[in-house]
Amino acid sequence: MSQIPVLVPAVLLLTALVSLLVGLKGQRAGHAVALAGAVAAFLLSAIGLREVVSTGEALHYAMGGWMPPLGIAFVMDHLAAYMTTLITFLGVVVLIYAPRSFGHEIAGREGFAWPTMVLLVAGLSGMCLTGDIFNLYVFLEISALSAYALLAVGDRAAPVAVFRYLLAGAVAGGFYLIGVAFLYFTAGTLNMADLYARLPELVENQAVVTASVFIVLGLALKMALFPFHFWLPDVYTNAPSAVAGLVAPVMTKVAAYAIIRIFLDVFPPGFFTEVVPVASTIGWMSAAGILYGSILAVAQQDLRRMLAYSSVSQVAYVGIGIGMANPVGLIGGLLHIMNHALMKGCLFLVGGAIRYRTGRTRIADFAGLGRTMPWTMAAFTVGALAMIGIPPTAGFFSKWYLLLGALEAGNGWWFAVIVASSLLTAVYFFRVLERIYREEPPEAADDGPERRATDPPASMLGPILVLAAGVLVAGVMNVVIVRAVLEHVVAPLGS
Amino acid sequence: MNTMLSNAPLLAVLVSALAALAIVFTGERHRNLRESWTILASLGKFGLIAAMVPGVLAGERYEVRLVELAPGIELALRADPAGVLFALSASFLWILTSFFAIGYMRGANEKKHTRFFAMLAVCLSATVGIALSANLLTFVLFYEILSVATYPLVIHKGTEKAYRIGRQYLVYAISAGMALVAGIALVYQMSGTLDFQGGGFLDASMGRTGLVTAFALFFVGFGVKAGVMPLHSWLPNAMIAPTPVSALLHAVAVVKAGVFGFVRLVGFVFGPETTAAIGMGGLLAGAAGITILLASFIAMTKDDLKARLAYSTVGHLSYIVLGVALLAPTALLGGAFHMVTHAAMKITLFFCAGALYVHLHYTKVSELDGVGRRMPITMGAFAIGALGLAGIPGTGGFLSKWYIAQGAVESGQFVFLGVLLLSGLLNAAYLFPIVIRAFFRSSPEHDRYDEASWFMVGPIVVTASLAVLLGVWPDGLFHFFGVATDAAAAVFPGAMP
Repeated sequence: MSQIPVLVPAVLLLTALVSLLVGLKGQRAGHAVALAGAVAAFLLSAIGLREVVSTGEALHYAMGGWMPPLGIAFVMDHLAAYMTTLITFLGVVVLIYAPRSFGHEIAGREGFAWPTMVLLVAGLSGMCLTGDIFNLYVFLEISALSAYALLAVGDRAAPVAVFRYLLAGAVAGGFYLIGVAFLYFTAGTLNMADLYARLPELVENQAVVTASVFIVLGLALKMALFPFHFWLPDVYTNAPSAVAGLVAPVMTKVAAYAIIRIFLDVFPPGFFTEVVPVASTIGWMSAAGILYGSILAVAQQDLRRMLAYSSVSQVAYVGIGIGMANPVGLIGGLLHIMNHALMKGCLFLVGGAIRYRTGRTRIADFAGLGRTMPWTMAAFTVGALAMIGIPPTAGFFSKWYLLLGALEAGNGWWFAVIVASSLLTAVYFFRVLERIYREEPPEAADDGPERRATDPPASMLGPILVLAAGVLVAGVMNVVIVRAVLEHVVAPLGS
Repeated sequence: MNTMLSNAPLLAVLVSALAALAIVFTGERHRNLRESWTILASLGKFGLIAAMVPGVLAGERYEVRLVELAPGIELALRADPAGVLFALSASFLWILTSFFAIGYMRGANEKKHTRFFAMLAVCLSATVGIALSANLLTFVLFYEILSVATYPLVIHKGTEKAYRIGRQYLVYAISAGMALVAGIALVYQMSGTLDFQGGGFLDASMGRTGLVTAFALFFVGFGVKAGVMPLHSWLPNAMIAPTPVSALLHAVAVVKAGVFGFVRLVGFVFGPETTAAIGMGGLLAGAAGITILLASFIAMTKDDLKARLAYSTVGHLSYIVLGVALLAPTALLGGAFHMVTHAAMKITLFFCAGALYVHLHYTKVSELDGVGRRMPITMGAFAIGALGLAGIPGTGGFLSKWYIAQGAVESGQFVFLGVLLLSGLLNAAYLFPIVIRAFFRSSPEHDRYDEASWFMVGPIVVTASLAVLLGVWPDGLFHFFGVATDAAAAVFPGAMP
């Protein structure tokens, strides 16, 4: 028994409350509390990760001392530790970045944003740490509601976009909940470990089969897997930059996490490949999504919208790894969760920095930024190269594992899609890079004295550079992560 | 053979990457200090590689292993004869290009010098990384870095046309890189290893379909950079870059990286036997033969001097590919040696083209009447380079071609003997008229001696001398011939003296 699995979400929930109350006095104090709480949660996650890796055992906590199935179990195993460390890390980074950016984009409304951001991180890490499929739903809704609130305060079109997201999210949550109810009626438990033990006898049961389909469908909608991506582009485009920088990297990935968790640790091995061929369906949807997202990204004029379509494409890399249903492919998908979080976080934050300094979001207006904002653009370049998959950045290595996974699965189409999408990604990112490093046309150089473009203040530039460095470190060190964490996660698939 | 752990290969790669940082931070404010970083790094890089030559000739292999890139595959560098041969020629010519580039960039009033010199240094790091890679994953890592780092140099002019060509360049380079990664994944799936091994590590029993698919992917991956037709069309366009880039990268470093890829592919991954068994040797040789002839014909039609030289490069790169594809020891020796001789000759010609542009703003062949009187040293060097490319005895070009031809005879593929002979004539047909125009026609403008700056003429003299020296005393300078012989011997154990 260890406290850490429950402490992470508990600390965050408490922080959200305190931050709200303190924030009534002044939003700066609210921010300080929120940041402190996020740092604490990150440290707890990191300690938990270290312990899990060194002992090789998961950390368990039973709520209120009640053993499952009576109490709700919290479990920090390799996968949960990996995810929560990543989520809380991004939470910290974005909270450091956000004050300046919010001050520019949503001035006067920051006070409510701090507790909501912490609540979002709490919901997402709770989803990863819970050992109970109903509790997962609760955290899913916590994260969803806080995300709606944060996303809706963006540009003028944001509320409409978020309303669509809300409808999609409600349907997704409903589907998931129906599936959970079916499972509860047939297996009589909500605890993941118990379900894993009981479901092998029930694989023939139609209710279980139906439940599996509802659950995966709901989560695929949350994950924005093609063709369920329709809500995503407008939402990301109109969100405040800092919110996009937090939501885009982790939110859809946690839905992907939930699918992986359901595949590996709730349903018996082989269920999704042999009984209900959901895995390969997800693989094909992802293959379509990778191409679709990339092709639409090529056509975008607004950086945020381009990054949004790119997200549709990139989250599908995780999906295609799930679809391969073999260890090396899934390692690629899992690795891409982290890699994409780092690079997309970096890119969205750069987009926010450009907006902060120049007010521009259209790619066509970016000429000259390479000279005026050199560090920010260097970070953008690193992020862009990682998205394309140029070694030694992180993006290359997830693709490498995915390629091997596609070969292992004997699927030449998926192999070809992964290869081809790199070229498409190169097309839309080099379009931006070409513009950035171009000489500025002289008539556009005058934006007024107060908006003289330089690199943003340290509180914004720091997080950007940390994420860019992370992209490189995660690439070079990928084997360490694979060996210490991910190989344990995929162990149920055999070798 | 004796493997020694040594940091020399790593330092040889890193020294110019560090120089790139120094160049960026020194910036435009201290131009001379910035340029001295380039000179220092090029000397250091060459020194480190040259220092390994005696050991490599004595059978030592210098190796350094860093982090694991993927489970079981390390980021590893290993100085073997083939790698040292490529690294040595590229780094030696970088020294000369550094001096030349300083004269050129200042003389031609080009902009963005900092970016130019920094990216050139990064390119050299990547090139030496490619040369010394010990396995395919390390190789592709540097290969991709090279693709990306060359891009800013291609679009250097900043005109709309330059950006358009830059886009084409990227599409070719990134597609090639992805084909390469895909091929490597296939090889890894089949064999479970990626370490280069003299004579190859793939076996015909691993399945013909997989092997042929992988070979085809590699063909695209390397063929683009090596300019094998029909994958060559980016190369003439890339001549829009400043001439030092055309000279060093698009006649030596980048394009030779592709050719060197074929050496590694056939010699150290598939191995000559497996390549022959799956029937790919003949196909590769056929593609190379066609490229050699077609490129020469196209070169004749070009009036733009750099375009003519670019097509000449396309043709000569395929000499090397042919040397590899004939799957005979002497042919491989000839191909490997041609990597060096062609580098020396072609860089001379590009340097001359650069000097003509900076000094007289000439870019076309038809403008060169009588220019030999005004710039006798430059045009004299041009004549030497032209003789070498045509394969006249006494130049390095003759020797390498001789060995490739011998290989064609030994392996009984006489048709390529004809290709080589015809190509020699064609080379003469598109290069000699330039020399004749320069020296035997007169023009009232060119009545006095008036050479370009010594920053440019100096390197021209050195590279032209090297082209001759390689022909009369091939092993004299830095043991280029000996290293090339060892490189061929590594692929064909026991076949070389």
